[in-house]
Amino acid sequence: MDAASVFTGFQFSDLRFLADAAGRTLLISVLAISIGTMLGCVFGWMLSVARIAGDATLGLLLDVFRSVPLIIQLILFYNFFPIIGFNVSPFTAGTIVLVFYTSALVAAVARGGIDAVPLNTRRAARSLGMTYWQDLRYIVWPIGLRAVLPSWAGVALGVLKDSALVSVLGYVELLRASQILITRTQEPFLILAVVGAFYFALSFPISRITARLERRWQYD
Amino acid sequence: MDYTFHWRPVFRKLPDLLQAGLVTMEVAILAMLAGVVLGLILALVRMSGMRSITWFAVGWIELARNTPALLQLFFFGFGLGAFGIHLSPFLIVLCGLSFNNAGYLAETFRGGFNAVPPTQVKAARSLGMTATQTYLRIIIPQVLRVVYHPMTNQMVWSVLMSSLAMLVGYRELAGETQFLASKTYRIFEFFLATAIIYYVIVKLIIGGSRLLSWRLFRY
Repeated sequence: MDAASVFTGFQFSDLRFLADAAGRTLLISVLAISIGTMLGCVFGWMLSVARIAGDATLGLLLDVFRSVPLIIQLILFYNFFPIIGFNVSPFTAGTIVLVFYTSALVAAVARGGIDAVPLNTRRAARSLGMTYWQDLRYIVWPIGLRAVLPSWAGVALGVLKDSALVSVLGYVELLRASQILITRTQEPFLILAVVGAFYFALSFPISRITARLERRWQYD
Repeated sequence: MDYTFHWRPVFRKLPDLLQAGLVTMEVAILAMLAGVVLGLILALVRMSGMRSITWFAVGWIELARNTPALLQLFFFGFGLGAFGIHLSPFLIVLCGLSFNNAGYLAETFRGGFNAVPPTQVKAARSLGMTATQTYLRIIIPQVLRVVYHPMTNQMVWSVLMSSLAMLVGYRELAGETQFLASKTYRIFEFFLATAIIYYVIVKLIIGGSRLLSWRLFRY
């Protein structure tokens, strides 16, 4: 076999390979964003209730996830699990780290949302006979959501893009797939452009939709 | 648990790590400065409304904001090779981070400029101020107030993103850590030490920015 036949050019079937990889990028991001957002809302609520005590404990812990590069977190956790006797796949380790990373970012956003609701509005709700949870569900949630939806969308888009870093653990998502193809085809520019287009196609619609939602909600 | 932690190699290499931490700071600050200059230009171009050049600014901003920073780094690292341009690892990181910073900062600056009501410019001019005076005394101080906090955030992101350099072979803090970890096989210990150094760097930046803001925005 001569050297030239080892490398084959970019083919149509490679697009399917990339599409599969895009699906895995989407899978890990959707998992991280959905679970992380739920967890983050709970953390945000805890921070807003516990104030100083919350800042000193939970706030400090969540701050670590925001102050250490994600790539370091991923390598650290991926190498930590075997130490305590678990062998986890790159997918599991990546998802767990991304979930906590997302929850740390969402917690700050959720707290901002809760703080954006005027205290008098909440007092009024309680005076009308609402329970604490009713106040949270029917007063704080709708008002707070509108206040912080753009920030949340920013976090979600950030996580979608940051999921590319799971490739360092060996999970074959979009970016890893591009590296595999580049090694085979030796056409880095073309493939990086195609992968960039995939990422763009995933994230651009989300930013447009949230921008529209934001505008529409302003008139209610 | 049959793993024994070995911290001695980490302590022995601590000076190297701290030195690499300085390299991280250096590249992050350089990328931030380039990002501020380029971002300012992009924001002004985007607001200028000149169709022939606006598309360039919009394209840059949307590409920088809607693709992963790592992809942008790979583009400068491997993608440019298709045109016969081969950058050194340092330049790859610097170009990639500057490109990304500029895209985000352009939108920050645009928001800042939009926050100053245009009537204030007219008022300043009718009071007899020159265009330069109007910019220096009326617009810039107000814009700075709006963009100061997002810029601090971007500086933090710049430091965090610089860790991607380890994937293109530049030995700043993360790259140096990977190098030392693979030499000694103490992966967990080295990366934990590095995580702590990053945490300290980020806290220093946030603390420094807070001190500076007290000095800058006293009234």
